[in-house]
Amino acid sequence: MSTPDPSQTQNSAEAVREAQPKPAKARPGQRVNHASAAREFLQSPIHAQSHDERVWAMRQRRDAAAETIPEWEELRDLASQIKTHALTHLDEYLEQFADNAAANGVHVHWAGDAADHNRIVHEIFADHGVKKVIKSKSMLMEECGFRHYMEGVGIDIVETDLGERIQQLDAEDPSHVVVPAVHKMRSDVSQVFAKTLGSDPDNDDAHYLTEQQRQATRPLILDADAGMTGANFAVAETGGFVVCTNEGNADLSANVPNLHVASIGIEKIVPKLSDLGVFIRLLSRSALGSPITQYTSHFRAPKPGGEMHIVLVDNGRSKRLADERFWSSLKCIRCGACMNTCPVFRRSGGLSYGATYTGPLGLILDPSIDAYRYSNLPFASTLNGSCTNVCPVKINIHEQIFEWRQVLAEDDMIPWTKKSTLAAAGRTLASPRAYRAAIKSAHSALKHLPDWALYNKLNAWGQVRDLPDVPAEGSFHDWYRQHRLNKEDPTAGDRE
Amino acid sequence: MRIGLFVPCFIDAFYPQVGIATLELLERFGCDVDYPFDQTCCGQPMVNSGCHAEAAATEQLFVDNFADYDVIVAPSGSCVHQIRDNLTAVEQTAAVKHVRENTFELVEYLHDVLKVEAFPWAKFPHRVGYHDSCNTLRNLGHGKPSELRGPDFSKPRALLHKVEGIELVSPSRPDECCGFGGTFSVTEPEVSGRMGRDKIADHGRAGAEYIVSADTSCLMHQQGCAKRIGAPIQFKHIAEVLNGSAA
Repeated sequence: MSTPDPSQTQNSAEAVREAQPKPAKARPGQRVNHASAAREFLQSPIHAQSHDERVWAMRQRRDAAAETIPEWEELRDLASQIKTHALTHLDEYLEQFADNAAANGVHVHWAGDAADHNRIVHEIFADHGVKKVIKSKSMLMEECGFRHYMEGVGIDIVETDLGERIQQLDAEDPSHVVVPAVHKMRSDVSQVFAKTLGSDPDNDDAHYLTEQQRQATRPLILDADAGMTGANFAVAETGGFVVCTNEGNADLSANVPNLHVASIGIEKIVPKLSDLGVFIRLLSRSALGSPITQYTSHFRAPKPGGEMHIVLVDNGRSKRLADERFWSSLKCIRCGACMNTCPVFRRSGGLSYGATYTGPLGLILDPSIDAYRYSNLPFASTLNGSCTNVCPVKINIHEQIFEWRQVLAEDDMIPWTKKSTLAAAGRTLASPRAYRAAIKSAHSALKHLPDWALYNKLNAWGQVRDLPDVPAEGSFHDWYRQHRLNKEDPTAGDRE
Repeated sequence: MRIGLFVPCFIDAFYPQVGIATLELLERFGCDVDYPFDQTCCGQPMVNSGCHAEAAATEQLFVDNFADYDVIVAPSGSCVHQIRDNLTAVEQTAAVKHVRENTFELVEYLHDVLKVEAFPWAKFPHRVGYHDSCNTLRNLGHGKPSELRGPDFSKPRALLHKVEGIELVSPSRPDECCGFGGTFSVTEPEVSGRMGRDKIADHGRAGAEYIVSADTSCLMHQQGCAKRIGAPIQFKHIAEVLNGSAA
C-alpha cells in the first residue's frame, strides 16, 4: 500500500531554505547509530517539526476511523487469531495456496532467501527477454535489495508508486512502509524532480509536481516488458492475492505488460477469502484513517495471452516462526500504525534507522536480519507501549523490543562500556552500604562541583536538561532515620 | 497487615518529599507502614537495558528486604512494573512470587485496595496537567490509553478530582510519552530532550501551572528540561497533592 497524498505535505517559504537532512548510512559491517542520525535529523527544525506533525496526523486519523467501528477491538482480536491460526498451519496453507494458484494457470516459484528471489525473477526476465520493468511498492523487494540487483544485471526498474518513485529518483531508501517519502517536504521533492525529471526547481506546487512525475512515468509504463507487484494478502483457498494501493499503480504494473511477477512473503497467507473482510477493514483505517484503500485489487489468473508468476519468499521467516519470543512479529500486515504513533520515530525520521524496516516494527524485525548491524535499534525506544495498542493484529511490539534488548545483551552485542557501566551499577545497588555511599557522593558532587564539571560531554543527562537539586532534608533514608528512628544514633536502623 | 514502603533509589536521593508524602498518606488511612532500611533499588536500570544477569543481585536484595511484608507499596509506576512483570533474573521462589504478586503502585493501592473516598486535608487550587506515565497507563492499567476503544476511565484523575480546588487540564496529545524511557534518556539525549520539551509545551498550551504524575522519573526528566529552557511550569508527585501539600 502506498500514499503520497501530496496535498498533505506541508510546505512554507522558509522550508525551501532548509535542505533535507540526510543522515550518513552505516558502512557494511558497521553498527547503525540511531542516536547520532536522529540528532542530525533534529538539527533541521523545519523538517523535524513537520515530520512529527504530519505523522501524528495519521495517528489521529487512525483514531477517528477506529472510533467509527464499535467492534474495533474485537476486529483486532479476530485478525490476530486468524494470523495465529494461519502461521501455526503455514505449511498446509502454503501448499494449498500454491496448488490453487497453479490450477489457476499461475507459475509458482519458491525462494529460500533474497538471493534466490532475485535470481528466480532474473531467470523469468531472461526467458522473456525483459529489459524494462515497472513495479509497485513492495517492502519484500526492498528487503531483497531487488532494485539494486537488477541495476547490476542491466534491467531497468521503474517504481510506479509516487512516494517510492521520489525515493528511487533520490537514491534513498523508503523511510516509512506506507508513506516512503514522508520525511521529505515539497521543496525537497521539487529539487529531486528538477535534477532528475528536469522540472522547475522553484515550483513546489503539489499538483505540478505530481503531474511532472505522471508525464515522465506514463510512457515508461506503456513501454514496459514486465510488471511486478507485491501482495498484501495471499488467499489459500483460492490461490489468489490482493494488492492494496491508493494510486492504482499496482493495477498498471500488473495489467499493462503481458508478464506479471508477484513477490510474496510466505507470512502473507490467509486461509479464506472471507478473512479479507476482517483485514481490509483494519488495514487502511490503521494506516491512514481511511475506510479502505482507493484500490483493493484481486489477482487470480493471468490475463488472456498473458503470463503470471508468483515467487513465494522465505528469507528468514521460517526461522523466525520457530522462535518462541519473536514469531508473532510475522503477523504484521505492514500498515505502519506503529510508526505513526511512535514518538521516537516521529522525532527521528525513518532514515535514522538505516534499515529496510523502520520504527517499532523495524526494532523487532531488523535485528533478526543482522543482529550486530541493528543492535542499537531495540534501544531506540522508550518502551512506552503505544505501538502495541495500535497494532491491528495485536503484536506485543514493545515487549518484543524489551526481549530483544535481553537477547543482544546476552550475546554481547551491546557496547562494552554500556554493559560494564550497568554491571557496576548492579554491584552498587546490590549493597546497601555502597548504595548509601553513592548517594552521599552524588549529593556532595552536586552541591560542591562547579557547573563546568557537572555539565560536560561526559554527562549525557546534562546535555539537554538540568540535574535535580540536592534536597535540603537529605535523602529519604536520612529523613526517616531522623524523624522516625533514634534521633541520637546516626547508625540507627543500619544493619551491616 | 504490614505494608513495606519501597522508596525507589532516585526518590530516596533527590525527591525525599515524595517518600514522606507516601508514608504520611498511607498512615492517614490507618495503614501499618514500615520502611525496610536496607532497601536500594528494584533492578530496573539494568533490566531496562537488557542486562538481566547484572540485575540479579539487586533483585535478590529487594526480595530479601520485602519478603516478610504482606503488601509492598511504592510511589513509582515504572518500578512496580519492573517488580511485577520483569523481576525474573532470580530463581522464582515462593518469596519472590509473594513479593511480585503483592507489590502495588500507590494510586492503585489507594484506588483499588483502600478505595479512598475523600482527602479532606488536601487543597490544591491550581490548574493541573496530569501526566500519565507510559508504565502506569499501559503496563499497570491506570486508565484507558488513547489508542484503545472502550469506556474512558482514569484512576489517578478520579483521585485528584477529590482534591479541593483542583482544575484538571489536558494536553492535545493526552498520553504521548515524555521521552524519559530509563536509559533511553542518556543513550538518545536529543530525541529524549525534544520529547520532554514538546510535552512541557503541550501542557503549557493547555494552561497547566503544574504537571502532576505518579512517576517521579518522568517528572525528574521533564523538570530538568523545563529548567534548561526556563519554562515556568512546576512539578509535583501525586502523593504530595493527595497528602495536602501546598503549592
